[in-house]
Order: sequence, then C-alpha cells, then structure tokens
Amino acid sequence: MAQIHLEVVTPSGPVVSDDVDIVTAPGVGGDFGVLANHAPFLSTIKTGTLSYTKDKQTKYLMVSGGFSEVSNNKITFLVESAEYGSEIDVDRALRAKERAEKRLSQSQSQSENFNQTRAEAALQRALARVHAAELARQ
Amino acid sequence: MPGLKDVKDKIEGVAKTSQITQAMNMVASAKLRGAQDRMEAFRPYSDKFAEAMKDLSGGMSGSLPLMEVREVKCVEIVVITSDRGLCGSFNANILKIAKKKMKAYEAEGKKVTFVTVGNKAAQGLKRTGNIRKSFKDIMGKFQMFNAREISQDITHNFLSGESDQVDLVYARFVSIAKQIPVAEDLLPIKPVEVDENEPVPEKEGVSGAYIYEPEPAEIMEVLLPLYLNVQVFHGMIEIGAGEHAARMTAMDNATKACGDIINDLTQLYNKARQSAITGELMDIVGGAEALKG
Repeated sequence: MAQIHLEVVTPSGPVVSDDVDIVTAPGVGGDFGVLANHAPFLSTIKTGTLSYTKDKQTKYLMVSGGFSEVSNNKITFLVESAEYGSEIDVDRALRAKERAEKRLSQSQSQSENFNQTRAEAALQRALARVHAAELARQ
Repeated sequence: MPGLKDVKDKIEGVAKTSQITQAMNMVASAKLRGAQDRMEAFRPYSDKFAEAMKDLSGGMSGSLPLMEVREVKCVEIVVITSDRGLCGSFNANILKIAKKKMKAYEAEGKKVTFVTVGNKAAQGLKRTGNIRKSFKDIMGKFQMFNAREISQDITHNFLSGESDQVDLVYARFVSIAKQIPVAEDLLPIKPVEVDENEPVPEKEGVSGAYIYEPEPAEIMEVLLPLYLNVQVFHGMIEIGAGEHAARMTAMDNATKACGDIINDLTQLYNKARQSAITGELMDIVGGAEALKG
C-alpha cells in the first residue's frame, strides 16, 4: 500500500516522523482523513485526537491548536502540543477536566471573558487527552 | 603597610568569592546546554511556520485586523530580558536599545508604552514610567502558555486601538561569546514579501492549487495569533540561552579577576611578612651588638 510521510512538529520538538498508511485529524470543519498522494491541502486543526495507521496498527495522539499542510505526499502538522495516547496520565487529565469545569461554572456569574476562554480551552484539552488515552488502551 | 592579618583575611575572602563565581560558571554552562537543546527543538516548528506564513500571507495585507496598518500614535515596545542579573552587560544592552527606541519614537511625537518580560526589564524601565504591564518570574520555564498569555495581552491592546504598532526588543543568541540585542516588528503583521524575480518553486502536481479548509482568510485568522505566539516564544527562548551564555562569560572573567587579585595580595603578604622578619632580625642583631658594647 502506498504510504504518506507524516510529521508532527511542536514547539518542544518533533513528535512523529514516519511513513504511514492513513492519517485522520481533527480539522476545524470536521475530522478528515488523508491517504497517500493526496492533493495539496491546508487546514487548521482544533484540539482533538489525531490517529494514524501503519502496518495495521493504529496509534492515537492528542493534539491541540495548529494547522496541517499536505503537499508532495507529505503531511505536516504544526501544533502547540502533541502527546501519544498511551503516554497520557489519565488521572491528571481528569483532574484538569474537573478544575476547568469548576472554573467555568464559577465564571458564568462573573463576566470574565478572558479566563472563561482559557478554562474552555483547558477543558477541551483535558477531554481530548482522556479520549486519546481511552482509544489507545483499546 | 597593611597588617599581615588583614592581608591574609582579604586573600581568604577573595578565594571564597572565586569559588562562588566558579560554581556559578558551571551551573550556567549546564543550564546553557538545556537552553540550547530547547532552541534546537523549537527551530523546525518556527521554520515551518514561517514557510507557511510566506505561502499564505501574500496579497492579504490590510484585510485582517492583525495586519491592519494604522496611523501610528502609540507604540508599544515588548522588552524581553532575563529574570536574574550577574550576567555582565547582557540585560543592560537590551535596555539600552529599548530606551533608544523610546526616545526616537517620542521625538516623533508618538506615545510609547512598555510591556516587560523578565524581572530585569521591569526594574530597568521603571524610571521611564511607561510600563503598561510586567510579566515576571516566567523566564527559565519556557512554557508555551506563558508566551501565549503575553501575545494575547498585546493583541488585545492592539485590537482595542490602544497601540498602533508593537515592537519586540530582545537579544539574539549568536554564539556563546556573542549575543546581539535586536529590535523587530511584531504588529501589525506584515505579509512576507515574495520576491517577484525569484521563480516560484513548482510543487509536484498542480502548483499553488491548495485546497483550503476553511477559507484562506479564516485560516489566517487562526494562524496569525499563533504566529505571534511563535515570535514571542522565540524571543524568550533566545533570551534564555543568551542569559546563561552571558553569565558564563561574566563568571569566567570574575574568576580570572579573583586569581589576579589573589596573586597581587599574596605578593603583598609575602613582602609584609619579609619586612617583619627583617625588622625582627635587625632588632636582635642590634640588641646583641649593644650587649657586646
């Protein structure tokens, strides 16, 4: 099967650099899948789960905010963070989720816009972490 | 002639100081390695980002709020320095550039505000009375969310019309022996100019026919704040490495100076001891002569 080169790059270094069969990513307009020899493509990425399959093995990563570019049979993700589902500390993510939910319910009474968007982003990340970890465990 | 004991105490004191400066030198060199690794790790990300910006930003000037060019009445200068001192003229050089810029802008009748990152910037610019906001004790951690907080703050200020232009002043890490303070433009973000003479590299398949999702303008709206993050984070990382390099050099010089002082003092001590011995001998000889008499 023809393969596509996948690269996931974060500010603290590259996370993945591998030839894979298929990549599924959380685009802003919905999830999308990319196979080998895809047409040039550019999309923004929201916080969620990225997965790729190689040798019939699927791996899951939690990614947060960034964009992806497909060209020359190569797909590059530039994201602020990327973590393998198998390496995620689920308890920590759950705690972060609770914290963010608490903060959200509190800030609804006050009109602290800035903190609210921050808490929402934190919640999104926590949920994505838990999701990726669950998928990886299956 | 200072007393023997005084000189001896002084030698011991200087020796202790040199121990401390030597230790600081070693700590700085260990930390520098970490900071350099981080810089290396960040490079692929920032390079790729700049590349994508180049592809996208052409022909989009002025169409987005963050790229809007306005008449400049108020300039905001973001100054990044280290949190701690004892690193030679590293921070002083950055502050010098910042103050020079301030004077130049004020001479043109523009209002200047500072956003300081790092304790030394806050201390050094306090006297100007123009600090709008200070971010302290966040250097050395190198967390992306710190950079995000800063860039969100300056973006907010820019979009609300409080500032019409934002500059960034920091020091670029060139090598261990060299860090150059530089000033860069942050906002409004300028579209990367594509040299028309330079042939556009033909990509395989249909060149330039990217499928965008969502529309390019919407992508840019997401990308521009991220780009700003990248620039601020880049500045912080460079400062992180530069600080340790500068401290290494400064501490190395201090250790050498301590050695010189110890040499001088030892000479002084030996001279003083010798003259004391000579004096005592003279006394004894003189006494013996007198008894003979």
